[in-house]
Amino acid sequence: MTPALTVRGLTTGYGGAPVLHDVTLEVEPGALVALVGANGAGKSTLLRAVSGLLPLAAGTVALAGDDLHGVGVEDRARRGLAHVPEGRGVVVELTVDENLHLGGLAAHRSASARRAAVDEVYALFPSLDRRRAALGHQLSGGERQMLAIGRALVARPRVLLLDEPSLGLAPQVVAQIMALLRTRCDDGLAVLLAEQNVAAALSVADGGVVLDLGRVVAARPARDLAHDEALRHAYLGF
Amino acid sequence: MRLLPTAGPARVLVVALLGTLGVIAGTFALDPYRNYQLALVAAYLCATAGLTVLVGLSGQLSLGHSALMAAGGYGYALTASALADAPGVARVLAGLVGAVMVSGAVGLLLGLAGARLHGPYLAGLTLTLVVALPAVASTVPGLGGDQGVRAPLERVPDALDRVIALEQWHAWVATAVAAAVLGTLHVLARGRTGLRMRAVRDDATAAALAGIAPDRTKVLAFVVASTAAGLGGAVLVLVTQSVTPGGYGLATSLLLLVAVVVGGLGSLAGAAVGAVLVVLLPWLVATLVDALPVPDELAQRLDGNLALLVFGLALVVLMAAAPAGVVGTWRAARARRTARRTAGTDPSTSAHHEGSHR
Amino acid sequence: MDRFVFLVGGGVARGTVLALFALSLVLIWRAARIVNFAAGAMAVVAAYVAVGVAQATGGWWWGALAGVVAGGLLGAAVERGLMRYATTPLGGVILAIGLVMVLQSALGIVAGPQHVPVAPPVSDQPWSLGGVPVGSPYDVLVVAVALGLMLGLRLLFTRTTLGLRLRASAFAPEVSRLLGVRVARMRTVAWALASAVAALAALLLLPTELGLNPHATDVLFVLAFTVAVVGGLDSPGGALVGGIGVGVLMSLVTGYLGAGVTPIAVLALLVVVLLVRPQGLVAGVEARRA
Repeated sequence: MTPALTVRGLTTGYGGAPVLHDVTLEVEPGALVALVGANGAGKSTLLRAVSGLLPLAAGTVALAGDDLHGVGVEDRARRGLAHVPEGRGVVVELTVDENLHLGGLAAHRSASARRAAVDEVYALFPSLDRRRAALGHQLSGGERQMLAIGRALVARPRVLLLDEPSLGLAPQVVAQIMALLRTRCDDGLAVLLAEQNVAAALSVADGGVVLDLGRVVAARPARDLAHDEALRHAYLGF
Repeated sequence: MRLLPTAGPARVLVVALLGTLGVIAGTFALDPYRNYQLALVAAYLCATAGLTVLVGLSGQLSLGHSALMAAGGYGYALTASALADAPGVARVLAGLVGAVMVSGAVGLLLGLAGARLHGPYLAGLTLTLVVALPAVASTVPGLGGDQGVRAPLERVPDALDRVIALEQWHAWVATAVAAAVLGTLHVLARGRTGLRMRAVRDDATAAALAGIAPDRTKVLAFVVASTAAGLGGAVLVLVTQSVTPGGYGLATSLLLLVAVVVGGLGSLAGAAVGAVLVVLLPWLVATLVDALPVPDELAQRLDGNLALLVFGLALVVLMAAAPAGVVGTWRAARARRTARRTAGTDPSTSAHHEGSHR
Repeated sequence: MDRFVFLVGGGVARGTVLALFALSLVLIWRAARIVNFAAGAMAVVAAYVAVGVAQATGGWWWGALAGVVAGGLLGAAVERGLMRYATTPLGGVILAIGLVMVLQSALGIVAGPQHVPVAPPVSDQPWSLGGVPVGSPYDVLVVAVALGLMLGLRLLFTRTTLGLRLRASAFAPEVSRLLGVRVARMRTVAWALASAVAALAALLLLPTELGLNPHATDVLFVLAFTVAVVGGLDSPGGALVGGIGVGVLMSLVTGYLGAGVTPIAVLALLVVVLLVRPQGLVAGVEARRA
């Protein structure tokens, strides 16, 4: 089976010395892969490189087997690669409804199809449904995170890149989000989840990739990682 | 043995004195018209030097520098006319003080209003100033409307009367004023003030955390640039004996801006290159148009506009292709050559990444 | 009192034109964080096209249409060909200034400095209400066109998917790209739209001025900048309120103190607003950031 997302030998950085060295990983359709590691290990940088915000110095990124070399950020999104950036990325000047419709513009040409996709997301997040007309900056942190994820789902992506969704959220909200991600994966979505909350991430993940100082130091089934004492102490801090 | 003090204001003073003496010696080789042009260059140099410090170091834009020159010109002309019976040198000095007072006061008012804010407010405010200048000249009593104000003719002092011509004397005074302005700006730019300006330009928040007051620094930069322009305007009045609003329109302001961009933002040497261009290029274009066999009407249209067209194109091309300006690009090229010779590598291969705003 | 009513009426008509032009500045500011200092010069180019077409076809409306289209195309060309190179806000302003010099001097060479009189499409003789002059048919046309256009723009921005894309690109360019919105194209569209609006504003103003020459919009630009500062550069609503306010104020100053004083009044207003209420009189919420 072709992986939904393939990263091979990826090396990149911000101008000077590279931040990521020779990173290789795969995410199968329907799989949830947790990308874990300390602050500054390069998790966000990897997601930015995959979605095209950061040019590669070396290596390849492929979506469902198609090399994305030379494909711009916008076109990657249109091909089914969704990226929810750190800090939630809600457009705070727009309403909840407008944010969700914005997520569906590229994927759904007809207004009715877009409406239907948005309504599906409202069904997933009843708290958003109640606040359709609220502006982004009126939402709580948890609501913003749900809106950002929901907005990505409106486009019905193949691959979802998620950057630190648990940051600053209450434990029960984190659990709710993780559970939701699990069900979406069971429906076929491939998720690459960058998380500092390692326990929460590994509890729902199929696989885990550990980044340290820009290199992959371990890539195993999530269950193995969670039980590897040495690795946990060395890189994961729990 | 060192001939010059190694650093600090003392060295600047010596260099400025030597430079002034050098230029003064050079004036003997020039005919009166060239000496007149030299005085004009010195006058515009005061304005471009202040402007390049404002734009290059403090990151603020003035589109009204010609109006600030005019402010200094009015200050000089009114003071010097009031002292028509005083001895020449004292009158000139008092006129220069008057120029500093008027241009400094206008600069302080506009700076307080526009320079404290981020964004294009100072640029728009100074643009409004230059557009309003003719109205100010005709409304404020004593400024003489379109006719402007005349200033007394400054004759050559008796001791030099047999040695030099009037134009040469004016060139001397202009050079001395320009040297004083350049020296002061150089000391400011190299010293703590310049450091503060750059810190505020690059990151106002970080500068504030480091104990620098961003507002005060930006206002100070604008007042300094205004005063420098005012002294330039005073020299211009000394040379031409009058100040009129028509001579300091938007076109002149924009030419000054082009001059500092061409020379390289923040570079005083570049400001000198720019000032020469501001005086010589319109003159060259006018000479060229006169020589061309074109009908009178077209020649008339070309006369004022061709120089602006050339300057505008230069500005656009330079900003798009070489924002460091002539001097900066030359320096960068020289640095690259040196680096290649010493290390055998090309330093221009570092990867770039796309910036995103907001 | 009669005179006051007359001046206020004329000021409102002039103010809606100012508001329209200021709106053009606001649109580009929101899309690109650049104050388009070339807006006036670009609108003058469009106005020359409009006057040329109107003379060739004999129809004012054909001319206006051609001018608006020319303005839009010029806006798109300037964004694509020039403003891309602006890496800093300062660089953007300097590029715009260079463009002003090129456009105005080129027009000066091609068209000459003389004022080309522009006749209004409908009468500009004021009606008289019980002996009091209260504004002309042309004033009514100006107000109707300007308000109609502003309403149309509001609907475009709030009710259409293009408007949603434009707003999202302006507020959050990176997030919008991640959602598949072609942000660069939206920026071009915003420039085209804003420049077309500015062209129409210049066309509406010309019949009440001396006529068309390369510098015909210098004062209009300065006034519109003042309006945008008074209303808040981020606020389209502020542009409307500020435009009418500044328009009425300038009409009163011109009427009672003389046209020569108007630029000084603008300068004074700008200084006072920036000193006393730098966040704008109308907007008030958002702090001014670069």
